[in-house]
Amino acid sequence: MGNSSSSSVETGGGAEPVLVARGINKSFGAVRVLCNVNFEVRPGEIVALIGDNGAGKSTLINILTGVLHPDSGEIIFEGERVRFSSPHEARERGIETVYQDLAVAPQLDAVANIFLGREYRRSGVMGRLGFLDHGRMSRETDEQLEDLSVKIKDVRKPLSTFSGGQRQGVAVARAVMWASKVVIMDEPTAALGVAQVGMVLDLIRKVRQTGIPVVFISHNMPHVFEVADRISVLHLGEVITELDPKKATTEDAVAAMTGSLRTNGEVA
Amino acid sequence: MTEKNDNVQGEEVAEEKQRGLALPSSINSALIFLILAGLIIVFTALEGRSFLDVGNFLSIAVDASELLLMAVGLTFVIITAGIDLSVGSVLVLSSVVAAKTMVALSGTPAEVQSYQFPNQSVGIPVGIAAGLLVGLVAGVINGLLVTKLKLQPFIVTLGTLGIALGAAQILSGGTNVPYVPTAIQSQIGTRQLFGFLPVPVLITLVVVIIAVLSLSYTRFGRYTYAIGSNVEAARRVGINVDRHLLKVYALSGFLAGLAGIVDLARFNTASVGAHDSDNLAAISAVVIGGTSLFGGLGTIVGSVVGTFIPAVLRNGFVQQGVQPFWQQVAIGIVLILAVFVDQRRRSAEERM
Repeated sequence: MGNSSSSSVETGGGAEPVLVARGINKSFGAVRVLCNVNFEVRPGEIVALIGDNGAGKSTLINILTGVLHPDSGEIIFEGERVRFSSPHEARERGIETVYQDLAVAPQLDAVANIFLGREYRRSGVMGRLGFLDHGRMSRETDEQLEDLSVKIKDVRKPLSTFSGGQRQGVAVARAVMWASKVVIMDEPTAALGVAQVGMVLDLIRKVRQTGIPVVFISHNMPHVFEVADRISVLHLGEVITELDPKKATTEDAVAAMTGSLRTNGEVA
Repeated sequence: MTEKNDNVQGEEVAEEKQRGLALPSSINSALIFLILAGLIIVFTALEGRSFLDVGNFLSIAVDASELLLMAVGLTFVIITAGIDLSVGSVLVLSSVVAAKTMVALSGTPAEVQSYQFPNQSVGIPVGIAAGLLVGLVAGVINGLLVTKLKLQPFIVTLGTLGIALGAAQILSGGTNVPYVPTAIQSQIGTRQLFGFLPVPVLITLVVVIIAVLSLSYTRFGRYTYAIGSNVEAARRVGINVDRHLLKVYALSGFLAGLAGIVDLARFNTASVGAHDSDNLAAISAVVIGGTSLFGGLGTIVGSVVGTFIPAVLRNGFVQQGVQPFWQQVAIGIVLILAVFVDQRRRSAEERM
């Protein structure tokens, strides 16, 4: 049942998928976490990945980003079969992930967070000694946050002085800044208040406008239905259905998540 | 930047205001500067101009130099949310090894016992190098135990504290090392450059300047803060956390070794018993200076001020004829206050 979903998906846009997972299986010991999972991401779309706790969402994301390796199945990135040796390699190829637990360094400012691990160094001897080009990083941070309408009063103040939404905004801005191919967001709205959620959802739409697809993992149905172009439902390690948010209802999604609805995208 | 804020949503403005009531992150260092300035003013008022004169200030600085060297290393360590309890013992081990090396290389036993050091031009530099190497190796061992065996820094450095001190006592037979070439004292320990600048103060000043630049302006400093602020975030962006921590502990060990050389040069002997509480004194200085034991936050300048507060207190009490033991009481109070402020700030952040 699970493996039939990939064929039904191809009714969507004509563009070649950027990232495809095909026939992914993964077990931890005796527990089968992912079972013949197919999943794909096409340019310029927001694809939501939903499922109850333990459905295998995080495992699938970890496999897509090189944190884990599948027992069998293949990952195809830009038409080429890949095996990312580490999350670092996935990032270097243009796949950025925003983690659910606000993976920023709260004592560092927005500039430092956005450039963390990718600092610009000054030219010449000073650069070789490790001196950072603060001016250039500040300017590019200002531009990036402005492009995404993330409002941070002072990019040189520690993130701990800002709200959760603003911090998440910086985390998303960082991902978008460096993601050339795919942005994956793992529960980006889970820790946020209502107004902040609105901001992050707007941000996700802005990312889509740039043509970079977003994988949006959530189990908050209203958020998913607000932004997603397509919804993949995971249940007990299988992609059991694909929903079109324009046609399906929240009830359909919940039914699918709990396993009481199994279709191949044909929701009545 | 201000024009960009005009369209900040009303709700966020309200949040900002609410947060403004919480302690801003700079209050600790500002408070600590005020305390030091207040102490200097009070002692100057009581003592007259002599408290502020250059000579008295430099003698305070010489006294504080070893502690300050250790505090600089500890600032890096504590910013990564680690701790290094072994610094005082590493100081002792380094100075014992340096002293033993100098004594062995500077002349025959008969010569050195009559204070003749025909070979001291070899013995002293090699001894200094040996002492620094011991500090560096001790730091690397701490770093390896913390990163490879994934042990708590507190326990690791508590263990190496005992090992280093024990090793120093085994090497020295439990007594101070005698017959150290006197040139190290006259050329380094008590020498004053340009007629006023003591060499120990110059060494410390150079280290402090390099540390300030490194912590604020380089990638090394940036990663130090990042690891202490959120180690998982640092890992996820591809920072080699283990390698960085190894360097930070190595730095702390090296600076403790350097402090050992300064100690040897100042007193012309490797003293085994005089540094039992140096680690706690240095940690207190760093914490008083606003570096958070939770990691991610702290400055070298704060640690300098935090080192000078006890030194100024001790000096002022001695000049006033107050029993110097009061200094320990006062420092205890300041330390508790500093940690309290840090904790308040932390919990204010977490509530957001």
